[in-house]
Amino acid sequence: MSAAVTSPASAPVRRRRRPHGPGSARGRAAASGWLFLAPMLVILGLFLVVPVLMALWVSMSDWTGRGSPLSSDVSFVGMENYRSLLLGGGLATQDFGTAMRNNAYYVLLVVPLQTALALFLATMVNRRALRGRGFFRTAFYFPSVTSSVAITVLWLFLFSASGTINAILARLSISGPNWFNDPRGVLHLLLGAVGVDTAPESLAQHGFLGIPLWEWLAGPSVAMSALILLAIFTTSGTFMLLFLAALQAISSEVEEAAVMDGATAWQRFRRVTLPMLRPTVFTVVTLGLIGTWQVFDQIYTGTQGGPAKTTITPAYLSYSAAFQNNQWGRGAAIAFVLFAIIVLLTVLQRLVLRERDTVPRRKRFYRTPPAPPAALAGTVTAAGAPGAGTTTGTASATEGDDR
Amino acid sequence: MHSTPTRGRRLLASTAVGVAGVLALAACGGSGFDDSGDEETASGGGGPLSILIGSSGDAETDAVKAAVADWSEQSGVEATVQVASDLTQELSQGFASGDPADVFYVSADQFRTYAANGSLYPYGDQLDNADDFYPSLVDQFSADGQLVCAPKDFSTLALIINTGAWEAAGLTDDDVPATWDELTDVAGRLTTGDQVGLGFSGEYARVGAFLAQAGGTMTNADGTEATVDSSENLEGLTYVQQLLASGSAAYAADLGTGWGGEAFGTGAAAMTIEGNWITGAMSNDYPDVDYRVVELPAGPAGQGTLQFTNCWGVAADSDNQSDAVDLVQHLTSTDQQLAFSEAFGVMPSVQSAADGWKELYPEMTAFIDSADFAQNVVNAQGAADVITDFNAQLESLKTGDPAAILASVQTNLQAVLDENAS
Repeated sequence: MSAAVTSPASAPVRRRRRPHGPGSARGRAAASGWLFLAPMLVILGLFLVVPVLMALWVSMSDWTGRGSPLSSDVSFVGMENYRSLLLGGGLATQDFGTAMRNNAYYVLLVVPLQTALALFLATMVNRRALRGRGFFRTAFYFPSVTSSVAITVLWLFLFSASGTINAILARLSISGPNWFNDPRGVLHLLLGAVGVDTAPESLAQHGFLGIPLWEWLAGPSVAMSALILLAIFTTSGTFMLLFLAALQAISSEVEEAAVMDGATAWQRFRRVTLPMLRPTVFTVVTLGLIGTWQVFDQIYTGTQGGPAKTTITPAYLSYSAAFQNNQWGRGAAIAFVLFAIIVLLTVLQRLVLRERDTVPRRKRFYRTPPAPPAALAGTVTAAGAPGAGTTTGTASATEGDDR
Repeated sequence: MHSTPTRGRRLLASTAVGVAGVLALAACGGSGFDDSGDEETASGGGGPLSILIGSSGDAETDAVKAAVADWSEQSGVEATVQVASDLTQELSQGFASGDPADVFYVSADQFRTYAANGSLYPYGDQLDNADDFYPSLVDQFSADGQLVCAPKDFSTLALIINTGAWEAAGLTDDDVPATWDELTDVAGRLTTGDQVGLGFSGEYARVGAFLAQAGGTMTNADGTEATVDSSENLEGLTYVQQLLASGSAAYAADLGTGWGGEAFGTGAAAMTIEGNWITGAMSNDYPDVDYRVVELPAGPAGQGTLQFTNCWGVAADSDNQSDAVDLVQHLTSTDQQLAFSEAFGVMPSVQSAADGWKELYPEMTAFIDSADFAQNVVNAQGAADVITDFNAQLESLKTGDPAAILASVQTNLQAVLDENAS
């Protein structure tokens, strides 16, 4: 793919000759390699592959939760659980549609905001001039190491009808909502403020996944908004750490060179620092996407899906369908649909954040680049690689981005 | 892609090893996947019994442990009581693993699900005191006309009145509301700046009492047809909406409290609708609040309330069924139930203990007298989702359309009932 264009120089390096055979030193090394890997493979198989395959089977069976799902009185029902979930139009579909809507707004707000906040915090605590950097780094990271249950409970107190947040709002002569008991959608409230408080005919009539389009446009409920703030508060510290590591990997010479070129602070950030952070941005957005689509603990400890189902998420729905209502097939089906959504969005996001083959024309500073873009891309990836080590692997520095 | 032949072979090798590993693992697990044959007759005894309960607190745990220890001493069978932190989930895990607890609590709304998938051992015909249970409780726990598990105890909803607030509003014993109009009236008179007349949880398990008073039901008598969108239910729900809209009644959540008892105990509400479990909360958390308990007022169709109950389930997969049934026999006997009542206030599920309970709790007779007109809550298999959805819609009843709410619940409940019938 693109690597063929961007990094022709690196290809020969990778195609090293590897003379080996069963009796050779390399062959023996490979055998002992497998030996060392074996315990991990067994553990992964036992705790990951087998359960996933069994869950896949449950999602296509009529298992009622008694005895083994592999026993002979459990029968294969094909895609029936998926059909009733996605196309049935009954309560199962409506619940799933509601959960998808809630979670979509959650992701849409949490991921960009927490990424931006994490980047902002990292840039702030990375400044050499800042006094007490250690203190701020610890303080911002602190919510991340606190148990999410404890922090959710704290949030319930802060946002209760007579809690701290409402007390502060009252000082400002604003009468705060009853946060965790307010099912009204934020977008509906905004639309209501401009006089649109009932559904236009076209939006009320048509729907998707069992709920009308007007309901899709409700936005996150007030209760969900509190949970969105909670997620941003707790996770931006973690991602700040990733950004901070990447920022410190950027050589100060690059910055100096930009200063010498007369770039302003904003230009240095926008045109030098940010492009070099691209692998980390990818990591943070990917982790954020996966984490936010799987949100469960805050819902389980905080709201149990209420008020008026505006905080149910697919992950919580999967749990309650399986464990509370004994609809094991449906619960497993929800989990696999959620899995598909996460994979799809991650791939999509990978495509969007992919490094371009060439620098777009309008961003070129020179008519003929002084160095081939490939070399430039190579340096950038190499510099950013340590920060991206958690997901993309350091190998990307030499191999381009074709993996 | 740049895969070299070497890479391809390695991929093949790793896939092969992976598949072999999975197969080996599946073979190891083989013995665990065996079918357990259905046993119609009681399995033998002698082994130790495990009992799984969902406890309301130390008082209940200690009382059940003491009762089980008593029985162990008499019968010579070892038995241990475990308290579940999440009973539904732990039961589900037990049934799925094929090794559930022998005896456990089953809530009415989970009963149909467990009975339908054969997790429960039907032992009702082996109990000596089967005729002594309240008939409506026996209905709740019967499948195919047979009592499956013995009702443990039960609760009804009644009206709890804060006597301090009552007197402060100039109300007397004669003003205790007997009709909806009188309820509207006293709720209005009890409403002050920081106190509403009536505060209760915005859910079917409370609001449903008004539907019952209006003569409404959720299903027909044999549970095959949903009857949610009846004119009676509409009348009941409209009355609740009027109460809420008048400002003299409010949901507990809207008062910033978790449930009716908290709204009542903190003084945010002068009256609430709760069951007899409220007595424990009042003595523990709000010992200074004086209150009295009266029957709920009558609606257009007379008196009505809801009742809630649990039963003692015995696992179909248990190896000690005869011992387990013997234990349940002991736990549901009149004397033992009165001992439980004394320890943590529950109402006995046998009629012969009713008088004893009234002696124990002369202030609370309204609860047990309400048994005469109490309605069971819906417990059809799969109805839990419908009720959750109903509750979600009830939260916005104040500004919602009662007819539309009932219509959607009707559709959902009918779909569940149809699915069960097919």
